[in-house]
Amino acid sequence: MNTDRRHIRLLVGLGVATVLLLGKIFSIQVLDDHYKIDADNNTTVREIIYPTRGVIYDRNGEILVGNKVAYDILVSPREVEAFDTLALAAVLDVTPEFLRGKMEEYHRNRRKIGFQSVTMLKQVPAETYNRFAEVQYRFPGFKGQVRSIRDYPINAGGNLLGYVSEVNQNYIDKHPGEYRSGDYAGMTGIEAAREADLRGEKGYHIFLRNSHNQIEQPYKDGEFDKEAVPGHDIVTTIDAELQQYGQELMKNKVGAIVAIEPGTGEILALVSSPGIDVSQLADIGKHYGEIAKDPYRPMYNRAVQASYPPGSVFKLVNGLIGLEEGVLRPEMMYPCSHGYHFGAGHRLGCHGHKSPINMEESIMMSCNAYYCYVLKNILDNRKFNGDYGEAIDHWHDMVTSFGFGTKLGSDFPNELSGSIPTSKTYNRAYGKGRWNSTTVISLSIGQGEILATPMHLANFCATVANRGFYYIPHIVKASEGVEIDPKFYEKQYTKVSLEHFPKVIKGMWRAVNSGAGMGGTAWVAHVDGLDICGKTGTAQNPRGADNSCFICFAPMDNPRIAIAAYVENGGFGATYAAPMASLMVEKYLNREVKREDLERRMKEANLMSRVKKD
Amino acid sequence: MIEENRHQRGLKQSIDWKLIGVYILLVLIGWVNIYASIHSEDPASIFDWSVRSGKQFVWMLTAFGLAGLILFVIPTRLWEEAAVPMYLFVCLLLVVVIFVSKDVKGSHSWFELGPVKFQPAEISKITTSLLLANVMSRQNFKITQWKDFLLAAAIIGVPMLIIVAESETGSALVYAGFIFVLYREGFSGWWLGLIGLVILLFITTLTLSPFTSILILIGVLTLCNAFMGPRKEFWKRLGLGGGFVLVMAFLPWIWEQVQEAVQARLTWIENVTWVPQAWESQDFRWAFLLKVEPLYILLALSFLSLPFLGRKAFRKRDGFLGLSIAAFIVGVILVFSTDIIFEKVLQDHQRSRIEVLLGMKEDLAGVGYNVNQSKIAIGSGGLTGKGFLQGTQTAFGFVPEQSTDFIFCTVGEEWGFIGCLVVILLYAFLITRLILDAERCREHFTRIYGYCVAACIFMHLFINVGMTVGLMPVIGIPLPLLSYGGSSLWAFTVLIFIFVALYRQEKKYF
Repeated sequence: MNTDRRHIRLLVGLGVATVLLLGKIFSIQVLDDHYKIDADNNTTVREIIYPTRGVIYDRNGEILVGNKVAYDILVSPREVEAFDTLALAAVLDVTPEFLRGKMEEYHRNRRKIGFQSVTMLKQVPAETYNRFAEVQYRFPGFKGQVRSIRDYPINAGGNLLGYVSEVNQNYIDKHPGEYRSGDYAGMTGIEAAREADLRGEKGYHIFLRNSHNQIEQPYKDGEFDKEAVPGHDIVTTIDAELQQYGQELMKNKVGAIVAIEPGTGEILALVSSPGIDVSQLADIGKHYGEIAKDPYRPMYNRAVQASYPPGSVFKLVNGLIGLEEGVLRPEMMYPCSHGYHFGAGHRLGCHGHKSPINMEESIMMSCNAYYCYVLKNILDNRKFNGDYGEAIDHWHDMVTSFGFGTKLGSDFPNELSGSIPTSKTYNRAYGKGRWNSTTVISLSIGQGEILATPMHLANFCATVANRGFYYIPHIVKASEGVEIDPKFYEKQYTKVSLEHFPKVIKGMWRAVNSGAGMGGTAWVAHVDGLDICGKTGTAQNPRGADNSCFICFAPMDNPRIAIAAYVENGGFGATYAAPMASLMVEKYLNREVKREDLERRMKEANLMSRVKKD
Repeated sequence: MIEENRHQRGLKQSIDWKLIGVYILLVLIGWVNIYASIHSEDPASIFDWSVRSGKQFVWMLTAFGLAGLILFVIPTRLWEEAAVPMYLFVCLLLVVVIFVSKDVKGSHSWFELGPVKFQPAEISKITTSLLLANVMSRQNFKITQWKDFLLAAAIIGVPMLIIVAESETGSALVYAGFIFVLYREGFSGWWLGLIGLVILLFITTLTLSPFTSILILIGVLTLCNAFMGPRKEFWKRLGLGGGFVLVMAFLPWIWEQVQEAVQARLTWIENVTWVPQAWESQDFRWAFLLKVEPLYILLALSFLSLPFLGRKAFRKRDGFLGLSIAAFIVGVILVFSTDIIFEKVLQDHQRSRIEVLLGMKEDLAGVGYNVNQSKIAIGSGGLTGKGFLQGTQTAFGFVPEQSTDFIFCTVGEEWGFIGCLVVILLYAFLITRLILDAERCREHFTRIYGYCVAACIFMHLFINVGMTVGLMPVIGIPLPLLSYGGSSLWAFTVLIFIFVALYRQEKKYF
């Protein structure tokens, strides 16, 4: 075989290999910046300075969430020398077995830990920490760390405030570049919604280090150090006293109370029961398991997430639509003989009251039959030529203009939309052309396919109180350094003309203020001098006793509070929801409650046994 | 005397001074960089015996002495004549060291005689080269004969296997470089190509997929057959094979569409429960398609075509085509056994080093630490480097073994790309010079030995520098002449200067 030219091939091969090496070197030295940045990280160490988290205030300047100091005990296992286990255990108030177990664990994970420090004990009491600090020199490798944790001076709004906890990998991945392991972040409620304002900016001090992670000196005398910027304080629209009062009233009941200032859309109270106690929030890691396992689901914020049938409260909506459509006039009288009779022997029942009645009286007495006629007239309106699909879709548009069936767009996270049916809903269920106004008649009294959150109901109440518009409910006020979305300052009009609202308000006033025996459904809510206007609702609950519901606002002129209360399995609207809502109004407007018997009865009532657990 | 003198050339002409110049330059560069790599806050003198640069200075002087000894004192006859006993003696040392040495990071390869430590594996490169040159330069030796090939392979293989037994797999890998020597001496280039193909398939199977590997295999075999076959069949073969590979390249994509369609149909059936019985059975007939992978389709189609190709090879007496078919079958087996080799045959640390190299696993704190730190150090040097003694990565101790195996990091960090370029080109010059000198020799022994030296230096260079920049897995072998260590410096000095002496002998008389 001819081998004369082979050395040329080998030399070419050598050339290729040389170019390959040089090419790779060129790429990492000249083309790729990544390694230069890494080199800087490598020789310097950044000691992170954690900012203090912003304080959360209520509308009157009371602190809802503050900060307090917590002491952690850290260990750098590589620096630990043989030590007196018993002495340290006594100082730290732990068993020697605990210490030995921990040290063994660190030994097992020594490769992973390396020269780092790990947290051995979290949030030890101040006196333990002080005791430890005195003898720390005897235990090289152990050190204390002062950290700022959340503190809750008053027990108000556990669900609303939300909790702060250490970020997990999933959370870090979802917020690229913002968090590192060991950081804390708001996970629910206001803490989560305003995380960007509350968290502040981390700072750092730069030190030079060697490869053993031993710090040698500050880098360039601290020229490049950055100090931490504390988080912005948040002022909420919550009235701490009212919130706390609402929670007391709702104790041992399932449901929600939402109170809104109609003139601004500011949420005054947002009670969800059962809720999370603020004492559990402070140490959520310890309590999370028990909260998550609770069959009454305290994490579930019923005020914005529970979809309930609104019941008779919804008659007001249908009444307003009827007025707008011209198929209802306030003076129209309809008969009621224990209900509305339709088809062959069908009846939608009603309670006993005088008959016939006009619109004001229908609201005052909450007559079912009256609103069956109203809804029938809305859907049988000639302009739709008997096309119920078109009619119901038109009705749907009117209803959603009040915010029902949609997310209101508040600044509170996890708000749900409830639901309002459309022609599709019924076409799917019955087939196209196979249903009519009698099929959907239960819509007239807020039953059937209608679902709304307590927040929707409170917002509707505020809309009525404002005589035709609402501000999107929100929970954070603008304050120094904290801006809120300008949409919260815009009036939201419904598709019902402003002129129709005073007509239903009259009925609502009479429902509360007619005096006992006159047939007003909510006389129990009457408070002298407050001019409360309200509407009860009793919604069928397929899972047991009826739900009790009530909306009201006060005073009638220039209203300052609009409120919705919803108590699961509470029975008639007047049984629980109405007294509670009126007590809230009294508390907010008068700052003291005179009806002590009623208050005690409400606080002591326990409906938990009626509620079916999941 | 006069007669002899007329034919004899003087020192000036007979010695390759350029080669020696490059050698000295590289040793000095190594010394300076060793000093820089251990440079700390309180600098010691470069001559300080207590630090490595001072020790290296002593190794350097002794190495130069050794070089002089080989050039001027030791008769060159010795190397050829004593090749066999030296080889056997060193092999014995290699075995003995396994039993008497201490465990150094898992390997048993160091002799310790008081303060002096040395690795017999370093010397065995020299003795293996000498014996290889001795045997292959014999009159009737023909590498193309099986008997002779096996003899050469045994000479290379014995020390290689013993070194593997010492758990110094990296050093053993250097011996693979002798394949280039065999190639120069007439060993078929196809074998070289085949080895390259095996490595390529191994890597593509691990990093890409068996599918891609088999596609590459078919592609390479097609090209070879097109070029080696009859000229009139060139386009036919290229078109058929190339077309097949091209179509198959789209198979995974096409198959995905088919599977999605089947899946959609199945989901639809599950959701819509009132589908008539007849429809259901029809669709289930295609459900098996979900389990078929594109790889199996490719294999099925390929194996279906094998009988036709085989018949053609037999009829036309086309031996190359027949061999290609065999190569394909062996290649497929190799691709399918890659995982087994990778998981079972390799040791854990070797496997994870390869995984890190091929980017299958990122492990910056563990196995990937060395490579990452080394790349950071080299990368931070930029075009012109940070300047002498200005490096932070190597001097602060981020790079492991910064004065031995990873000495190239210091070059990269402090002297930048320019420095790397100079060092690599110096090596390239050294190797080229060795090859060209070897080619000029009339003595086969000298030529073959020269190639052995070139091959050893090349393997060390490529593996070591490749490792520091992440082209090769982490294999702990020194960079010749630059890395700290007396045993390594001496061994390469002897290796090179035996050739210089042999070459001088040639020049003197011819």
